[in-house]
Amino acid sequence: MKYVGQAIKRKEDPRLVSGSSSFVDDLALPGMLHTAVARSIHAHARIKRIDISQAWKLAGVTAVVTGEEIAGKCGPIPVAGEIHGMKKPVMHLLAVGKVIYVGQPVAAVVASDKYIARDAADLIEIEYEPLPAVTNPEKAIEPGSPVIHEQFSDNIAYTFGFETGNTEEAFKNADVVVKERFVNQRLAPVSMETRGAVATVQAPDRELVIWSSTQIPHLLKTQLAVMVGVPEHRTRVITPEVGGGFGSKLNVYAEEGLVAYLALKTGKPVKWIEGRRENLACTIHGRDQINDVELALKKDGTILGMRAKVVADIGGYYQLLTAIIPQLTGLLAPGAYRVPTFKFDLVGAFTNKMATDAYRGAGRPEATYLIERIVDCAAQKLKMDPAEIRRKNFPQPSEFPFATSGGVVYDSANYEKALDKALQLADYAGLRKKQAEMRAQGKYMGIGLSSYVEICAMGPSVAMPAGGWESGSVRIEPTGKVTVLTGASPHGQGQETSFSQIVADEFGIGIDDVFVQHGDTARIPYGIGTFGSRATAVGGTAIYMAVQDLKAKLAGIAAHILQSSPDKIVFEDGKLIAGDADKSMTFGAAVTQAYIARNLPPGMEPGLDRTRFFEPSNFTFPFGTHVCVVEIDEETGEPKITKYVAVDDCGNVINPLLAEGQIHGGIVQGVAQALYEEVVYDENGQLLTGSLMDYALPRAHDLPMLELDRTVTPSPVNPMGVKGVGEAGTIGSTPAVVNAIVDALSPLGVTHIDMPVRPEKIWKILKGRKAS
Amino acid sequence: MIAQHFEYTVATSLGEAVSLLQKYGDRAKLLAGGHSLVPMMKLRLASPEVLIDIGRLSELSYVMEENGALRIGALTTHHSIESSEVVGRGCRSLAEAAGEIGDIQVRNKGTIGGSVAHADPAADYPATLLAFDATIVTLGPRGERSIHASDFFVDMLTTALEPGEIVREIRIPVHSGRSGSAYLKFAQKASGFAICGVSAVVDLDGAGAISKVAVGITGVGNKAFRGAGTETALRGQQPSPGLLRSACEKAAAGVVALDDIHASAGYRLDLARIYARRALEKAVERAG
Repeated sequence: MKYVGQAIKRKEDPRLVSGSSSFVDDLALPGMLHTAVARSIHAHARIKRIDISQAWKLAGVTAVVTGEEIAGKCGPIPVAGEIHGMKKPVMHLLAVGKVIYVGQPVAAVVASDKYIARDAADLIEIEYEPLPAVTNPEKAIEPGSPVIHEQFSDNIAYTFGFETGNTEEAFKNADVVVKERFVNQRLAPVSMETRGAVATVQAPDRELVIWSSTQIPHLLKTQLAVMVGVPEHRTRVITPEVGGGFGSKLNVYAEEGLVAYLALKTGKPVKWIEGRRENLACTIHGRDQINDVELALKKDGTILGMRAKVVADIGGYYQLLTAIIPQLTGLLAPGAYRVPTFKFDLVGAFTNKMATDAYRGAGRPEATYLIERIVDCAAQKLKMDPAEIRRKNFPQPSEFPFATSGGVVYDSANYEKALDKALQLADYAGLRKKQAEMRAQGKYMGIGLSSYVEICAMGPSVAMPAGGWESGSVRIEPTGKVTVLTGASPHGQGQETSFSQIVADEFGIGIDDVFVQHGDTARIPYGIGTFGSRATAVGGTAIYMAVQDLKAKLAGIAAHILQSSPDKIVFEDGKLIAGDADKSMTFGAAVTQAYIARNLPPGMEPGLDRTRFFEPSNFTFPFGTHVCVVEIDEETGEPKITKYVAVDDCGNVINPLLAEGQIHGGIVQGVAQALYEEVVYDENGQLLTGSLMDYALPRAHDLPMLELDRTVTPSPVNPMGVKGVGEAGTIGSTPAVVNAIVDALSPLGVTHIDMPVRPEKIWKILKGRKAS
Repeated sequence: MIAQHFEYTVATSLGEAVSLLQKYGDRAKLLAGGHSLVPMMKLRLASPEVLIDIGRLSELSYVMEENGALRIGALTTHHSIESSEVVGRGCRSLAEAAGEIGDIQVRNKGTIGGSVAHADPAADYPATLLAFDATIVTLGPRGERSIHASDFFVDMLTTALEPGEIVREIRIPVHSGRSGSAYLKFAQKASGFAICGVSAVVDLDGAGAISKVAVGITGVGNKAFRGAGTETALRGQQPSPGLLRSACEKAAAGVVALDDIHASAGYRLDLARIYARRALEKAVERAG
């Protein structure tokens, strides 16, 4: 039986659903201390005085640290994503001199339990001199705005731009130009498990061990070693189970450095677990872009050119990849279309808010939203069917690899096939008919399309700040059991299952004979991590390559013993079969020979252990079409999604169950951006959505059953032809929902409505119509 | 999300709870199901020095019908109310309100007494308690008091409870004959609390005219209130879609509506109008 392509249940789930596995907070080490962080209550203020005396008096407190102490001893928060010429403020783990956002760590307490630590942190008296806060990114970059980092002249973090072709000419020659402003609101990633870390210094060699809920154990190890000054070969990072990250744990945070520093300082294990309010305020946020977009077209709907001006809200400082996330928006902005000319201008703005960084999709949902919205705006203006304007501008399958005006080369696609399949599945013609009937009754029903493409399998190292390759190790143990070590660090995606499927098929053995390990830098060869829908396409490929090497070696052994030739050996049903000689030996027997090593082919080394590093030649570019149908309550304005169809193409599929799970979750998160979620700061920089009582997450009953299907266009970028599926749902869904709502309201002359499309926004439009 | 240090004590009888409350005064809070108080403590918005746990007083958990009134013990959980046949029969909008609270875990722990004493302006119960002319029975150092719902809810998070008093029971007159009630809510997306929740109770006479009507509205103002203008416009009239519509124009007349990031005052007032009509339509239909 072949495993690849089968909907195999996750190997991970029994331990997770039975609660028998461990997360960081489950860790209890002898003598462990707990830390709590005192955080800024101001968005922008000078620190006049910090009085720790009351905190010290609390029984059980063993250490109190402030920025003054730590700045000289610990490196700053690392920044890997750089844009040429960007301003680089240095951020210490604890604030020194001033604070620049609400929630910024100012001091930390170490105590015998977490309750004492929390109470003591509240007893630290911090005297501030408040400064004017800057929260609007467009105002922040205007001359005369208060400057957040006083060593610089203004709040412009960086500028970046490019032009492909001559947009001025294209716009001059256009029959029609549509122009719209799209705001991609700030979101909080809100992984189910908040962040958390435990650090300890272990005998005999004073190894610094850090358990962290992270997506990037190896990168974190390197950064923490440098940060706290412990040699890297004596630093070890372990990720126990990680309860989701969505990009927010693709980072190196102040608190991870703090626990490492505090473990070194106290000589005891130190734990920090993030509370949900800290998670909403002090874990990176996503999105937060303002996009002014213009599209030039011929009157038949052919796109001639596009201009996008983007103001990206950086927040107060850079986290690991902050600066480069909005750059990705520029790369992908032309979407699934022939956009012959394109001009992209980006300004990063410092504001007195938490840093933005990678959140599921990271720069690509913003790109997809702006292109999918502006194409709909054009269809509306030209009175074209949204499906037809898309079809008209798709590059044809024969045009791939397709170089875009965004500056990337799409690997492979058949956009029209996915569109057609989605339209058919949704009964698009029937929906339009129903819409006409409902409109005749004064009801509001809308159909929204989104034909997205995305950038996945990050990525070639030339395009990445810290390596885009991945490692994979395969070791066949003497008993024939296979150990797989992956440098990708899955945290819920299910690669223990899908990687087992790949390896089991290649060796012709059972899936339970393969065990996938990850997330311990002492055990796993250096790797990059899981993000950017890369784990299977890049990490899986590294494993696939290591398996091929071992197969060649085993085939050599079998050929030697069976008196065949290696290229005739087939791996099947636990056997190595010499096809030409009608002879075979078991997989286990061949493995044993590699270890006994008495009868190996001349010159062959013993053992069966191989590590490969896969460097992809390009990104992959999954795509698809989503169709969303909404009906609107004409009194309250409530939009209700009545149908949702998604046809996604992520290349070859290893495990349909996992792929669909990713699509499901992604769609829900993308719908939530369209309808519910928004991080709100007031003009003073106070966070108004600081708990889940105010920050709205989606619930299962908000959505109808999702109808999924797929097309399969293998990627030529890797030998398995896989593309990646982790972010597709998030990227494709958001514009489909907004397009549906605008379509529903278009009889009222509505051409755009900003996210999140809360009922009240629609109610206002409906109200305005009644008034007139 | 960690509460400040506090002391914890368990009351083994209602009398002991009253005397413990007297002993600790302002420093203490009663803990019942803990689903209003504990979140406030974890957010450090409330920091009582002492918690008096009355959650084990099983004698305060009951639903019974007696002399034409429903008697609901203060420690009855939302889920017990939601699933009570007696409540469903005589006071359907109360069962519906209970079923709208939080999720099943919350409803299995949270109690009606705790919710009522907390007096969140967006809580579900007050609309129904007002609409049914409920009485809140309290026990304090000076004995028992019966407080009409309209006097009990004083302001946002403020009730007529005096220091040392405990909510003991909720009493609701049961409507008989052609009577129907309904609770409908437009929920705040994040918290699930009401941006607007309306409870409507309608009694019809033999000729099908509205003999008694009450509309309770929660979430809109700083406390739940009765839609008096709407009730006046309906009393004695034959219900019709047009009448219900016009009567509900005045549902929140004179009320200063809340205004926050989740809904503007104008939206809340319009929702009161819309939801009052929808709840009344349902109540009329159920009155049959």
